Amino acid sequence: MAQVLSAVGLDCERDDRHLFRDLSFDVSGGEILHLTGPNGSGKTTLLRRLVGISSVVEGVVTWFPNSPESTGEPCEKIWYIAHRPAVTLLQSPLENMAYALALHGIRVAESVVWDALDTVGLRGFEDVPSHQLSAGQQRRVALARLYLPLEPDRVRAWVLDEPLTALDVEATERLKARIIEFARAGGSVIMTSHHGLDSETVRTLALGGGS
Amino acid sequence: MTLLPLLSSVFRREMQLAYRRRSDLANPLLFFLIVVVLFPLGVTPDMAKLAEMAPGVLWVGALLANLLSLDLLFRSDYEDGSLEQMLLAALPPTSLVVCKVGVHWLVTGLPLTVMAPLLSVMLGLPGSALPLLMLTLALGTLSLSLIGGIGAALTVGLQKGGLLLTLLIMPLFVPVIIFGTGAVQAQVAGLPWLAQLAMLAAMTTGSLALAPLLTVAALRIAVGD
Amino acid sequence: MWQAFVRWFHKWSSPKWFYTMSQPWSFWLGWAATLIIATALVWGLLFAPVERLQGNSYRIIFIHVPSAFLSQAIYAAIAVLGLVGLVWKMKLAFFVAKQCIPVGASMALLALVTGAIWGKPTWGTWWEWDARLTSMLVLLLLYLGLWALHNAMERPESGDRAAAILALVGVVNLPIIKFSVEWWNTLHQPATLKFTEAPPMHTSMLIPFLMAILGFYLASMAWVLMRTRLEILQRERKSRWVEDELNRFSEGQ
Repeated sequence: MAQVLSAVGLDCERDDRHLFRDLSFDVSGGEILHLTGPNGSGKTTLLRRLVGISSVVEGVVTWFPNSPESTGEPCEKIWYIAHRPAVTLLQSPLENMAYALALHGIRVAESVVWDALDTVGLRGFEDVPSHQLSAGQQRRVALARLYLPLEPDRVRAWVLDEPLTALDVEATERLKARIIEFARAGGSVIMTSHHGLDSETVRTLALGGGS
Repeated sequence: MTLLPLLSSVFRREMQLAYRRRSDLANPLLFFLIVVVLFPLGVTPDMAKLAEMAPGVLWVGALLANLLSLDLLFRSDYEDGSLEQMLLAALPPTSLVVCKVGVHWLVTGLPLTVMAPLLSVMLGLPGSALPLLMLTLALGTLSLSLIGGIGAALTVGLQKGGLLLTLLIMPLFVPVIIFGTGAVQAQVAGLPWLAQLAMLAAMTTGSLALAPLLTVAALRIAVGD
Repeated sequence: MWQAFVRWFHKWSSPKWFYTMSQPWSFWLGWAATLIIATALVWGLLFAPVERLQGNSYRIIFIHVPSAFLSQAIYAAIAVLGLVGLVWKMKLAFFVAKQCIPVGASMALLALVTGAIWGKPTWGTWWEWDARLTSMLVLLLLYLGLWALHNAMERPESGDRAAAILALVGVVNLPIIKFSVEWWNTLHQPATLKFTEAPPMHTSMLIPFLMAILGFYLASMAWVLMRTRLEILQRERKSRWVEDELNRFSEGQ
């Protein structure tokens, strides 16, 4: 499988503490990289560096290294769902989705968006202002984009920061299945989670432990 | 070609948000009104004297009202995480900043400009000066929003950014207020005013060219922290 | 030639190297500045002839003009250093830029205070909305903004970069501010008696005047060097060599 991401010599120091030092890894298509580690071990910081919005990590990150589109920040090929899920509370789930798609330059039929919201269990809430939703439902607004049936090379990697927090059992299982399905289709997933994932394509990278 | 529809949906989102926060947006306008009402009470009710000061009072009021609303420019986007997504977007981030600042001007600068004639009557400004007053206010508030956007971006990550924002941005507003009031005062006094207006227009154009780039750089610092 | 320059640049951009090499520099610059300023002030205040129009009150230019010069030069230096820091990701440039701020702000304050003192006998008031004084006040505000931004940021590295951006905005604006204030001032009041608008200065005044400017330059450099050395110790406190250095101090050497 083609290489999707190469990270070389990542180094992060925060508040007089080395979170990780000289960390190097690759991610290929179809692979799930599961970052584990205790709270405060730098998982979120690492993810933020991978997508190119953190200035506290030294080192080199290259997305799609062997392809002509190789750049530092190929944002449009990645879904990044952060700890703060970028759900604007004054807007409905539908409007939030439309904005996320516009930022990514993706145009899909509106019915597809409705279906995705339906899949994550927001049927009937599509037009409700997001501040009326529960924390778990707000999370689902952000996660709904993962259920869009996009062409495989439109979005090639997911970078997910604790995607399973605040979800109920059913939604957790559904998302796990969706992640594995995406990887089977050739996509790459880099995620942090305190839940385990059962799939032969999962690779675990443990951070922390005072390296 | 594909950029335009995307930008228009971004623009629509900003307008929608502004509409839903309309009570926040009324604050600067109310503030403008209060400054202009308090001024004669504090100084003099003499219409002739007020007329002389009117351009300055209106300009200072508009500037402070604009400053008051700047802190909100990026704050909610920063807090809910949308700002991160904007910096990662397929669209150039400068275009998103221009969109946001443009909407900020549409919902503060433009209403302030529209309010100005009403308030200028209360200060006895000659009616012949009105078109120029409105033109300078429209140009000037746009430049204030653009320059102020840099300050708002620099302070967005801070808990109490409001006061700091004022300190950072105030000195940069000096030329805008000088040329803005200067043009109107010159016209009232029957002097040529084109030079001042040209300077103001040049400042606005210059900030339109440079401010979005610096704003994006500042936002990257705030988000990357 | 170019490679030699790059090597030199790299060497000096290392905080440790800078710390070691700047010690004798700050020492000698400091002493030279003290001597030159002392000579200039004694000469200027006691021995230079009385000025024809302003009498003795003109003598404040020996302090006022150098500090006004320096406050502007230092702001430009901060912007250049900030640009160097942003473009080449050079920590040391940020350190120097940060420690230039209090020095420049002090110079601006000194220029304002001496300007006010000069204004009293000359204009009869402590404050006049003179174009130069007004733009000096704006410059002081710009300095205060830079310093406040540094202090507000949680991570010093972010403070460095944010302040660099602000300094760049400021340096683009500074000429516009100066121009606008001058223009505003001439519109609103007749030209008053201006500072240093009498270039044919007598040699016996000119020499101490130029000496004072040189002395202020050297003193500012020495001051910035000293402050930067402290900044380096504080920012690099985790590195080995700073620990050794601090141990050397605490052992009383």
